[in-house]
Amino acid sequence: MSTAVLEEKRAEASGRPPVINDFSIHVATANGSGSQSSNSILMRAIFQMGIPVSGKNLFPSNIQGLPTWFTIRASKEGFIARRRDIGVLICMNPETAHEDVRTVAPGAAVIYEESLQLDGLRQDVLFYPVPFQKLVLELVHDGKLRRLAVNMIYVGVAVWLLGIDMAEIEQAVAKQFKNKEKAVEINMKAIRGGFEWAEKNLTKRDPFRLERMNGTAGKIIIEGNAATAIGCMMGGVQFLSWYPITPSSSLAEALIDYSGKHRIHPETGQPTIAIVQAEDELAALGMVLGAGWAGARAMTTTSGPGISLMSEFAGLGYYAEVPAVIIDVQRVGPSTGLPTRTMQGDITSTYYLSHGDARHILLLPGSVEECYTMAMAAFDLAERFQTPVFVMTDLDLGMNNWMADPFPYPEKPIDRGKVLRTRAEFEAHVAKFKEFARYRDVDGDGIPYRTLPGFIDLPAAAFFTRGSGHSDRATYTERPEDYRNNVDRLARKLETAKQFVPKPMVSDGTGARLGVIAYGSSDFAVEEARVLLARKGLRTDYLRLRALPFTPEVAAFVAAHDRVYVVDQNRDGQMCDLLRLEVADHAPRLRSIRHYDGFPLDAETVIEGIEAGEKN
Amino acid sequence: MSSVTAPKTPPTNHIGLSAKDYAGKKSTLCVGCGHDVITRQITQALYEMAIPPYRVAKMSGIGCSSKTTAYFAERGHGFNGVHGRMPAVTTGAVMVNPSLTAIGVSGDGDTASIGTGQFVHLLRRNVPMVYIVENNGVYGLTKGQFSATADVGSRLKTGVVNELPSIDLCAMAIELGCGYVARSFSGDMKQLLGLLKGALAHRGTALLDVISPCVTFNNHEASTKSYKWAKDHETPIQEIGFVPYFEEIVVDYDPGTTQDIELHDGSHIRLRKLREDYDATNRVQALTLCQESHAQQEFLTGLIYVEPAKKDFLELSGIGPEPLVAVADDRLRPSREALEEIMQALK
Repeated sequence: MSTAVLEEKRAEASGRPPVINDFSIHVATANGSGSQSSNSILMRAIFQMGIPVSGKNLFPSNIQGLPTWFTIRASKEGFIARRRDIGVLICMNPETAHEDVRTVAPGAAVIYEESLQLDGLRQDVLFYPVPFQKLVLELVHDGKLRRLAVNMIYVGVAVWLLGIDMAEIEQAVAKQFKNKEKAVEINMKAIRGGFEWAEKNLTKRDPFRLERMNGTAGKIIIEGNAATAIGCMMGGVQFLSWYPITPSSSLAEALIDYSGKHRIHPETGQPTIAIVQAEDELAALGMVLGAGWAGARAMTTTSGPGISLMSEFAGLGYYAEVPAVIIDVQRVGPSTGLPTRTMQGDITSTYYLSHGDARHILLLPGSVEECYTMAMAAFDLAERFQTPVFVMTDLDLGMNNWMADPFPYPEKPIDRGKVLRTRAEFEAHVAKFKEFARYRDVDGDGIPYRTLPGFIDLPAAAFFTRGSGHSDRATYTERPEDYRNNVDRLARKLETAKQFVPKPMVSDGTGARLGVIAYGSSDFAVEEARVLLARKGLRTDYLRLRALPFTPEVAAFVAAHDRVYVVDQNRDGQMCDLLRLEVADHAPRLRSIRHYDGFPLDAETVIEGIEAGEKN
Repeated sequence: MSSVTAPKTPPTNHIGLSAKDYAGKKSTLCVGCGHDVITRQITQALYEMAIPPYRVAKMSGIGCSSKTTAYFAERGHGFNGVHGRMPAVTTGAVMVNPSLTAIGVSGDGDTASIGTGQFVHLLRRNVPMVYIVENNGVYGLTKGQFSATADVGSRLKTGVVNELPSIDLCAMAIELGCGYVARSFSGDMKQLLGLLKGALAHRGTALLDVISPCVTFNNHEASTKSYKWAKDHETPIQEIGFVPYFEEIVVDYDPGTTQDIELHDGSHIRLRKLREDYDATNRVQALTLCQESHAQQEFLTGLIYVEPAKKDFLELSGIGPEPLVAVADDRLRPSREALEEIMQALK
């Protein structure tokens, strides 16, 4: 590049109109260096300024040392999906510094440790060197605290650079350290030190600014796993068995915390939930089935590898008709590699999870609110349909910070399904249907009645639970017609479930010939992409799937559009495959957009997919 | 002259039920199977201990042994799960309903191979249940392969000799802290009945490793799990006496030769020592006994180890006596105020 061109580029960068409340901040650090608190404080302060915000932790499978990134997106329009281009980079990790600088958008602002000497790497970004290591020696006297406090100095520099309100930072720090005086004092000193140094030594040349607005009043910030945990607790879970696995462990831990406070019987002082950390995922689901069979609302939480191990028990639960709730916080692939990255990877394997014929009810929450509501709904559906129900979230939804309205209190009472608990209920049932037959479809909806062990002291109330080979009286059988009758009834039960599972959310009626189908955490990027496409003159209708089996709205939506783009966060277009089977007549209308690099989906990927498809 | 005879009423137990109230379906196992003898003793023990049959939870995995839970206490619910996973299902059930009397019946394949992991963790947790292993050293339903409890040198009908060490389930259980560990033989009905009653009176996991010969695949000359071998080699370490909690205790034993142990429900198990100085409450002695019996190729039966005061998993988990399944629905959902408080903290 000639000097003149470079000059021009610099002028362009500094002369740009201000970019207010619409950019992302990317913080690059090493894992285990304690940057999590600093990033939370930054995000929370922006949130408190009324600016819609989201935070994503792009972390490695490691405790200490490997590179990690945290992205905070501020969006005045309320877009909270990942944003591909980075406006402000805070470069704290020497190992990745060069690569980090190369990936930011032209015109970006880069705050970095002075000694890394990054300013020669690019001419089209604005560098702010800061002597972090020198400053921390001056600001923090306790040597042990310096490694952590250095991260607070970058908070201070960012406060100066972006115009964050220091009063909001103070409040965020107090919240982060739960008003522990000493911690608040040390951290505020480091933040102020960073701010004052920047004010004295730096000149702002970039366009990025944060200004107070009114976009977050009354909102909460929560991780999806905590939202699911609250939903499970409010849904009346009585038994949790789990095996630690990223990214679902924090769900179990949140449930343990919340229920320790809110699920204590006021009279007896006893917990109204039992929790077991199992030896593996096989045992976890086995315990859940035992508890469900005994009459409790029981759940486990896991990720893909655990789902694989649960396969045999999931099939047994389906055939023996035992309620269970299984939360799958999906992640990338088997074994080592990318266990801390996100994917919608278990859709087909979980839908059919078992040997033999099986199709399960899957719920597909698309937001933290739905993590909460669908966790509750899962328990009702599991007991109503006496079957394992899977709630399919993912790492992006589960472990990242999302802004939401406070969750409403459930107005619908708990639905325990067709269960005969008392002698009176049992006798009334026998009077009505002549006898109790555990697996007989007396109502025509495929759902039989069940009794529970140890509840009713009548010989006819007991039954023997086993897998596939049972008659409608729950006796052992290998007769062909008994087997066929039973599995046909199970299929009928799934048909009935279509009336009970959450219906898809449909935005149509715009006359658009193009449709988009997506599910789960893809919703944020898809909604943003639709807005941006509409600004370019391309209108789309949208159907967001919320459950499997598919309900009739899905086929109707596909039939009503010329082309329908199906967004999957996996390589094979797993949901698109299932849709092709569902709407076989219209399968050629379906086009698959697939995102599968382990990072959360962004709007650009969806836009590029649709635009590329429309060119052909 | 005519005489009127009163109709014969069958004897009843402490809660007024007769033995047939504890009956199950007809067995479909091979004629002469040791498992059927064990089933009869389980039925008898439940009857004599006056356990309400509707509260019996009959738990099993897969294999010949696992079928037998259908053959007793039909008035109780049964759960025939998947291979080797009975411990997990039982753990879930008793955690939410401790008022159930859980009886698990497993085999040597189900417990010592595919289910070893779950067996180990059940013992660690001390989940309240009676765990019976019907141990015959072979896989029956798949037609006669060696299991992991087959002794070194034991020979299959096909001529195959086992060269791998056998797993001693009792030694494993003692090592893992099980508080009631017994070994018996399906041919020794009296001893088995006493040990079963003791197991029902115990709190926590009670393990009974019962040698139960497979008449079809492992009852030949060169087998160390045959009727003949077991009969020839069985050496009881005690004579088992039992006084249930609802019967008066007669203080009539010689503490020098008899050990009297009070179990959790107030019943007493009385062990008349046949092996000098053996103390069934001494864990080190119990483990030594297991080792010695291996070295000397003895088949020792009886109550090898007992620790009646051990805390069970419910107690360790802080679960109260009220079954969780009995908690009313409106107690399961926190209040509007509780949710409001949670939301406020997230703002």
